[in-house]
Amino acid sequence: MSPSVPLQEMIRAIRSARTQCEERGVIQRECAAIRAQFRQTDNGGRSHNLAKLLYVHMLGYPAHFGQMECVRMIASPRYSEKRVGYLGAMMLLDEKQDASLLITNSIKNDLSHSNQYVQSLALCTLACMGSAEMCRDLAPEIDRLLRSSNSYIKKKAALCAVHIVRKVHDLGELFVPSARSLLSEKNHGVLHGAVVLITELCERSPETLERFRKTVPDLVQIMKGLVISGYSPDHDVAGVSDPFLQVRILRLLRILGRNNEAASDAMNDLLAQVATNTDSTKTVGNAVLYETVLTVLDIKSESGLRVLAVNILGRFLLNNDRNIRYIAMTSLQKIVSTDHNAVQRHRGTIVDCLKDQDASVKRRALELSLALVSASNIRSMMKELLIFLSSCPPELRAQAASGIFNAAERYAPSKRWHIDTILHVLTTAGGDVRDETVPNLIQLITNTSELHCYTVHKLYRALFTDISQQPLVQVACWCIGEYGDLLLKGECQETEAVQVTEDDVLDALEIVLQSHMSTPTTRGFALTATMKLSTRITDNVDRIRSIVSIYGSCIDVELQQRAVEYNALFKKYDHMRAAVLERMPVIQKNSLGQTNGELSEEPMKESQPGKVKQEETALPPQPAGQVVDLLDLLGGSQEPLQPGSSVGGSASTQLTAAPSSAGGDLLDLLGGFEPTPLAPAPTVTVYEKNGVTLTLSCEQQSESGLTVTLTASNSTDSDISGFTLQAAVPKSVQLQMRAPSRDSLPAHGGAKLTQLVVLNNPNKVNLKMRIRVSYTCQGSVVQDMVQVDSFPGL
Amino acid sequence: MLRFLLLFNRQGKLRLQKWFVPTSDRERKKVIRDMIMLVLPRQPRTCNFLRWKDLKIVYKRYASLYFCAGLEEQDNELLALEVLHRYVELLDKYFGNVCELDIIFNFEKAYFILDEFLMGGEVLETSKFAVNVSMEQADTLQETMEEYMSKPAY
Repeated sequence: MSPSVPLQEMIRAIRSARTQCEERGVIQRECAAIRAQFRQTDNGGRSHNLAKLLYVHMLGYPAHFGQMECVRMIASPRYSEKRVGYLGAMMLLDEKQDASLLITNSIKNDLSHSNQYVQSLALCTLACMGSAEMCRDLAPEIDRLLRSSNSYIKKKAALCAVHIVRKVHDLGELFVPSARSLLSEKNHGVLHGAVVLITELCERSPETLERFRKTVPDLVQIMKGLVISGYSPDHDVAGVSDPFLQVRILRLLRILGRNNEAASDAMNDLLAQVATNTDSTKTVGNAVLYETVLTVLDIKSESGLRVLAVNILGRFLLNNDRNIRYIAMTSLQKIVSTDHNAVQRHRGTIVDCLKDQDASVKRRALELSLALVSASNIRSMMKELLIFLSSCPPELRAQAASGIFNAAERYAPSKRWHIDTILHVLTTAGGDVRDETVPNLIQLITNTSELHCYTVHKLYRALFTDISQQPLVQVACWCIGEYGDLLLKGECQETEAVQVTEDDVLDALEIVLQSHMSTPTTRGFALTATMKLSTRITDNVDRIRSIVSIYGSCIDVELQQRAVEYNALFKKYDHMRAAVLERMPVIQKNSLGQTNGELSEEPMKESQPGKVKQEETALPPQPAGQVVDLLDLLGGSQEPLQPGSSVGGSASTQLTAAPSSAGGDLLDLLGGFEPTPLAPAPTVTVYEKNGVTLTLSCEQQSESGLTVTLTASNSTDSDISGFTLQAAVPKSVQLQMRAPSRDSLPAHGGAKLTQLVVLNNPNKVNLKMRIRVSYTCQGSVVQDMVQVDSFPGL
Repeated sequence: MLRFLLLFNRQGKLRLQKWFVPTSDRERKKVIRDMIMLVLPRQPRTCNFLRWKDLKIVYKRYASLYFCAGLEEQDNELLALEVLHRYVELLDKYFGNVCELDIIFNFEKAYFILDEFLMGGEVLETSKFAVNVSMEQADTLQETMEEYMSKPAY
């Protein structure tokens, strides 16, 4: 067995290995030597063997055989061995390993060691990898150390206590008295630890938060001392005295001042002072200013202070340092909904940041710009956004495109502008748009009958320039098929007309049909368009007939089916052809959500106010006996519905079938461009007990919006009355419950009860819902709860 | 709080890893790989902040080493830059003009300094001098013990 070499020689040997294979060889030899050494009993070189093993572990090689050695070294009386032993424990052991339990006793002994450096090793290790049991065992010890007179130990004990509270929330109570007394310390390290501990305790428990509100004056005093004190070489960083402590105090003040007028008043002066006096030329000053701004915006500060804070953010936006601009935009994003006007003032700078080189800054600028679009600035903003879209990095394209569509939909000044914008987006970023863009655009086009001529000319020209962007090609084919006669007329008011012959148009469609770049959906569009043209042109009907019959033997089943049907239309049903292929009627927009169990046929915007009134009157009668423990989570059920309640963008459209009087196979022929599948959403039974069944189905309406439909039925022999449902969702999800269709369930499934729940999940958290069912059956009240962890179709 | 602190060089070799939350070996390897892939391709004068999963990543390059820290949602990124800078200053004071080789050959000292500066993902000592004073005293303690036992330090 070769003698083991000291640590640094081993490192040198590993580094000089020229290939991975050589390195592995060296490491294997070393590990074998180390293992042999571990098996021997006490020898002088134990610590450096373990150090070598830790180095090897850092390179990525397995080192689990060192775990027991760590345990032995920690128990050794020698400081050097303890030091490396504890380091090994922090690197190799975590709470999931069994060996970690074995060191609990050593830690306990070392916590009462006479030497403070040994104590500190134990504290550090406990704070790094202490499991819940270890924390419970040793918490009283830590509390005792918090009261010791040694500042070095106190500061370490404070952060150790923070770890304990994070692991075992209940132990927070234990540390409250000591934490309070630590605030009067002079030592910055201890003070910092105390502030962190108090922050952690306040975040965990609202009662503790109430108790610590009384410390606001003390904190303000400490902060004042830091801000106006003279230069202290120990803590000064570029002119700011102890920025770490300042930032932590500001954060604690934020938590204490939130939703509390009195506390917010007490800190107003201090925040103004910090905001004006802090030097903002260096990063460290900006760090403190940033924290101050966050605090001001979060507590109930007076308006002058808020304006000051937003101005600071505005100054940040003009800073040369990219980090600061990024920070500013992140903060502005948080307040854009509440202080919209203040943020609007900085719109110019934000739009300029769209052109920044840095991808992170660009992303932030995009999100903020989209939030700032309003009716008054839509034209200029859209210009900037479209320029951005043509040069933006690929990962931001989809977000930019959908943001532009949403903005255009909400604030379009004119239909022509709207169509132009959508076409522009389709030409620049056609591959990244969502699937519903095509039907939305088609619906928009049919609705603007005055612009049919203009649209079809534009699309025809676009088709010639580029047939690789599928959504654009699909829309173009559809329009040419529908309005081909306008194209052939050769005159147009809005734009320069293209002189085309029927052959040119059919050539264009055939190119699309035959191109390898066209997807099967696009070819379907092109085939249908070709067919529709047969009623709109006069000369080349034979050419169309031949195209259609060729595709009767196409490999693609979808195309083949269409071609065969169109062929049949030519041969056997020629008398119906004109009627079948006539101009489409205006497509209605339907909301997919069903309220009161009825399918609404009217356009969404008209029926919405009516429904809002209905639901507002229906809400109050909801039983006042809402159980208290659900009230915290059921935030949204009492809020009035807003008219624009389609969450996050346009509702998906549902095309109504052509009203033509022809038979069932019409739907097949024209089904080609029906974009949204009409298949019913999958339902799942979530509750079935005592004859009462509750099923759930959900549909994704938009990026973060979701509609859940709950259906209840009763299969028992007796009627059920007073049937109510209450729902609770995770904190970041917003919930709105619509009025149920009825509140009683007749026996034997006589009628079903439906209730709609609209959810908005902006943070895309894992969606869970707890539903409380309560009803009266045969005179007795039944209440039950069910938790839904997975949603069908999501 | 910080979730982790990593040091790696331009070739993607890890020089120091400190984890402030329990993470399995597999997760650690994955995080290290992801961080290296996120940070190394960044251009020189770009923003030092990134988003990764639900964490904010702050990184800074000092000579040949990248210092990369993962923060939680409510942490102050600008302050994290200061934390990284302070750690580098501490290393510099201890080793005297620190370079990557110092951290390679004396990695355990780098860890000890880190443990005097950060604990449980939070800043432990805000004073510039106190950390070095503690390190000196601990080293003295170790040496006297070694002399007493007449065994060489590793």
